Amino acid sequence: MSLDPNNQQPTTNNQKKWLRLSGLEPLIVTPESNFINVGERTNVAGSRKFLRLIKDEKFDEALAIARHQVEGGAQIIDVNMDDGLIDGKEAMVQFLNLIASEPDISRVPVMIDSSKWEIIEAGLQVVQGKCVVNSISLKEGEATFIKQAKLIKRYGAAVIIMAFDEVGQADNFDRRIEIAKRSYDILVNAVKFPSEDIIFDLNIFPVATGMDEHKRNALDFIEATRWVRENLPNVSVSGGVSNVSFSFRGNDSVREAMHSVFLYHAIKAGMNMGIVNPTMLEVYDEIPKDLLERVEDVILNRRDDATERLLTFAESVISSVKEHKVDLSWREKPLQERITHALVKGVDEFILEDVEEARKQAAKPIEVIEQHLMNGMNVVGDLFGSGKMFLPQVVKSARVMKRAVAYLQPFIEKDKGQVSQFNGKILLATVKGDVHDIGKNIVGVVLNCNNYEIIDLGVMVSAEKIIETAKNENVDVIGLSGLITPSLDEMAYVAEEMERQNFKVPLLIGGATTSKAHTAVKIDTQYSNAVIYVNDASRAVTVVGNLINDNNTAVDYVKSIKDDYVIVREGFYNRSDRKEYLSLADARENKFNIDWKSATIAVPNFTGIKVITDLDLNKLVEFIDWGPFFRTWELHGKFPEILTDAVVGESATHLFKDAKKLLQKVLDEKLLTAKAVFGIFPANTVNEDDIEVYANESRNEVKAKFLTLRQQLKKKEGTPSMALADFIAPKETDITDYMGAFCVSTGFGTTELAAEFEKDHDDYNSIMIKALADRLAEAFAEYLHKKVRTDDWGYAAAEMLTNEELIKEGYKGIRPAPGYPACPDHTEKITIWELLKVKENIGVELTESLAMWPAASVSGYYFGNEKAKYFGVGKITEEQVKDFARRKNMDVETAKKWLRPNLAD
Amino acid sequence: MGNIKEEMQKRILVLDGAMGTMIQQYRFSEEDYRGEQFKDFHVSVKGNNDMLSITQPQAIKEIHRKYLVAGADIIETNTFSSTTIAMADYEMEAYVYDINYQSAKIAREVADEFTAKNPNKPRFVAGSIGPTNKTASMSPKVNDPGFRAVTFNDLKLAYKQQTEALLDGGVDVLLVETVFDTLNAKAALFAIEEVKEERNIDVPIMLSGTITDASGRTLSGQTAEAFLISVSHIPLLSIGFNCALGAHQLTPHLEVLARKSNLPVSAHPNAGLPNAFGEYDETPEQMAAQIKTYLDKHLVRIIGGCCGTTPAHIRAIADLVNHN
Repeated sequence: MSLDPNNQQPTTNNQKKWLRLSGLEPLIVTPESNFINVGERTNVAGSRKFLRLIKDEKFDEALAIARHQVEGGAQIIDVNMDDGLIDGKEAMVQFLNLIASEPDISRVPVMIDSSKWEIIEAGLQVVQGKCVVNSISLKEGEATFIKQAKLIKRYGAAVIIMAFDEVGQADNFDRRIEIAKRSYDILVNAVKFPSEDIIFDLNIFPVATGMDEHKRNALDFIEATRWVRENLPNVSVSGGVSNVSFSFRGNDSVREAMHSVFLYHAIKAGMNMGIVNPTMLEVYDEIPKDLLERVEDVILNRRDDATERLLTFAESVISSVKEHKVDLSWREKPLQERITHALVKGVDEFILEDVEEARKQAAKPIEVIEQHLMNGMNVVGDLFGSGKMFLPQVVKSARVMKRAVAYLQPFIEKDKGQVSQFNGKILLATVKGDVHDIGKNIVGVVLNCNNYEIIDLGVMVSAEKIIETAKNENVDVIGLSGLITPSLDEMAYVAEEMERQNFKVPLLIGGATTSKAHTAVKIDTQYSNAVIYVNDASRAVTVVGNLINDNNTAVDYVKSIKDDYVIVREGFYNRSDRKEYLSLADARENKFNIDWKSATIAVPNFTGIKVITDLDLNKLVEFIDWGPFFRTWELHGKFPEILTDAVVGESATHLFKDAKKLLQKVLDEKLLTAKAVFGIFPANTVNEDDIEVYANESRNEVKAKFLTLRQQLKKKEGTPSMALADFIAPKETDITDYMGAFCVSTGFGTTELAAEFEKDHDDYNSIMIKALADRLAEAFAEYLHKKVRTDDWGYAAAEMLTNEELIKEGYKGIRPAPGYPACPDHTEKITIWELLKVKENIGVELTESLAMWPAASVSGYYFGNEKAKYFGVGKITEEQVKDFARRKNMDVETAKKWLRPNLAD
Repeated sequence: MGNIKEEMQKRILVLDGAMGTMIQQYRFSEEDYRGEQFKDFHVSVKGNNDMLSITQPQAIKEIHRKYLVAGADIIETNTFSSTTIAMADYEMEAYVYDINYQSAKIAREVADEFTAKNPNKPRFVAGSIGPTNKTASMSPKVNDPGFRAVTFNDLKLAYKQQTEALLDGGVDVLLVETVFDTLNAKAALFAIEEVKEERNIDVPIMLSGTITDASGRTLSGQTAEAFLISVSHIPLLSIGFNCALGAHQLTPHLEVLARKSNLPVSAHPNAGLPNAFGEYDETPEQMAAQIKTYLDKHLVRIIGGCCGTTPAHIRAIADLVNHN
């Protein structure tokens, strides 16, 4: 194979050495880019207000300044914490961390501004995007410069290089270009620093100071900028613009004009970014002509008396206060829209006044939460769900919610006349076997913001611990989280345990692999109380709010969820037919493999056919499984718990008493006869799916051939496609294996008894006798299976199983019955009948539809291999039906008729 | 031993599929996880898949072999969570070096077996470096957004230790993957650079992020392009995305990388999106059909699978690549 020459992406723009920065979003500085505005207000050295806020640890207000900068058009925000009275490193880290959780600020790149390396490095360690370091220089010599530049490169940041060296700061054209050139060469050659990530700050100094040596300050900067951009490839040039107008402090109109003029010329020379206060900038074209001329004279040093002329003129210019440009039009909207806007945008500036307005309108303060705020949070949830908001934004919304709720809390308590610290107590845990907790933590904080007390048990929490804590802490809601697939089963187990221990507490399910369908199908069915799938953290608030409710709406809510899940379940079951199937050949290839070389084949103590004509019914009583008996009567529940059940216990007890009474009568008067026939034979699997049963150990004479069906539904890799034939050694192994078949009946006499009851219009006992006969037949099958296991075949001679274990099928070997999931084909009964001469031996007949008569009969196969297990064949394809028909010498349509329920669509 | 950079010039390389999915099929018990070496360990360790490289190395080798038989050019070491930070859940911080070293060693052995058999198709071992379970740029406490559960230096130290052990064990390439917080990845890259410098070596690095949100962003909120820019300071063998999404859903994000970067793009998507039971049921054929569009668009140079993918998926992908 050769490399396709077209297999290269168009790379033109990618190869260009452009400065690429990032916050949550990219910022790419191309030659065509407009001037990049760096926000300057989050700088303790430049803003007294910001310094005061940081000193007082009023971080919310400090963040509001950053947000205003971004909203006002800053494309990068400069953060500087260099002040003698604050711990600069700590303040830098704290503030950058806070910015990171404000997506509308952190969408832009950060400029970490400090003269102290340790503050810069601390800042670099907390910013995920590609930021800018402001700044390093040759001030302390080459060694330090190289070391710092190397680290900045390794942290993945761009860098501002100050025009400063061992001698001092560059204050004229020659020094500027000398230092710039030297710095550039070291960076590019020694450090291998990407040239496009270098930004020069060529020192903007004030003009119009009255001192002659300052006259060229602006002009030298502009000319040096031009030189740098022409001679040092790929670099950017930046600077702090407000310095230039320093001597006109107090006269903002003049300063704004000076900034505009300076930028106008500097940008033309190649300055492509700068620290500018956008609200301190006049539009160049709107500067009055006379002011413009005087300002340009100063900036470009066009006249000797330029400074004096501007000073004189400045006195006549009246400062006008500019409005800042944050869009507040949403404040004009109706109350609900304002609240929703505040929640969606995470703006907490006006939330208290809006909530107060809502509170005054509402009948009860709680309604503000239930209506105004919940409406807003639902919008947040919808936007998040549809990908229009992302997580950090949702977390911000939750914080606004918290402020609003905190404000309302005293009113709500006053209204209730009681003090309640929390709205409710919620237990959260990541289930046993799972260590993922990010989602759970988010749910915790969002709920906590909404004034719920959170008990977070952490990760890998066992069901026992969850339930014990829930009891001890008397929680209102339990929330389970998990990410990996096995956690789903664990959640179902917790639900099952909660049911067993009679819990009433609502259960919330969340985590990446959970789903509404899974919750509805696997968990909701385990727990009779509320189980609710919560697909994201913002939803949790609404759900919990609905659940923890004083009035009846909680009950209605739970009912509506339960009803919804019934629909989801039905939909799921209907959908799950659409599956993929393996070809018959592939399914056979994927058979259930028993290693016959090492498998133990239990040689039966007896082969051939045995008949039991009249078993003592008393022997069967201990084998009765009463559970299905109650189901016959539409009473659902486990036996014997059902006898004491709050709802059906009384009826069940009555019924049981009557059943026992009739059973005793049957036993005493021998009203029913128990008959059985069974056989054990040498056997081998042939042609993958068929089992030949032989007359004797020589295996020459085939007495019968059982045809089995194979699973075809495509499953996870490593899961076999089973057929009953897999449990018998294939003929080619040359191992003599065995299988058995049986038919038992306790139905003889039933019809007569039922008829007698019916004659007396005693329908109750008529049904009862049939139900009892059915139970006895099943008990007989169990009894006989045990006898075969421990005696006739004898492979489990030493087994000691209780009846409960028998019901749970805890025995070795299986006795599947034709017509049931492992062998859904009823026609195989005919083969059993022929093999065992069932009709001749015990008189049980097959009806036209292959039902047994008397009805209280059970027939089936015996498989003795210890690996044999029950399974369901499930849906099979037409291919297998045809193959089956061919093997069976049956026409395809007849085969289809018998296998209808198993046919794939 | 072949050179992965040279091989990448010749052909599209196939990465292996899921390790966790394969391990699940063994249904290991607590005792199996513990093995002889940790039989008296004081906390439950079931679920700590990475330690199986020590306690059930045959199983891990068998999984590697299955992927190599299926046609993978690169196998990933069983070390996704082998940092002191991620191992703290199991209190196994002290064994991190051993786990990484052994994982790398057994993957190396198996890869070399296959290379020896067919030197024309050299196989490579990628040291898997996962994101840990903590985020460096997000707070787990909403009321305290400035809080961080882990620092850059914590991560850097942990990643450095993992990198050293993986290199000692013989990996060819380091794969920083499933990046949900770019700052974590930057700490990993920083650590790798330190090791490279200290040992005076060069080792190729593959970097693979994860788009988790429906909004097309990383968990920590970055767009695909912002993520790309944030990790472009270190020379990378490839950049890509893995996990969270299936091949189909991943396409637009891979396109961003392909369009905005000169680096070879890698992808190891999940076998579709999890179904209602958290299982990935996209079949090899279905997944391959999606990946065919990657190839048609010349989108990727390295292609493999993440959660839910099996040797059958990798075989389907490898067949596709070979016939491309």
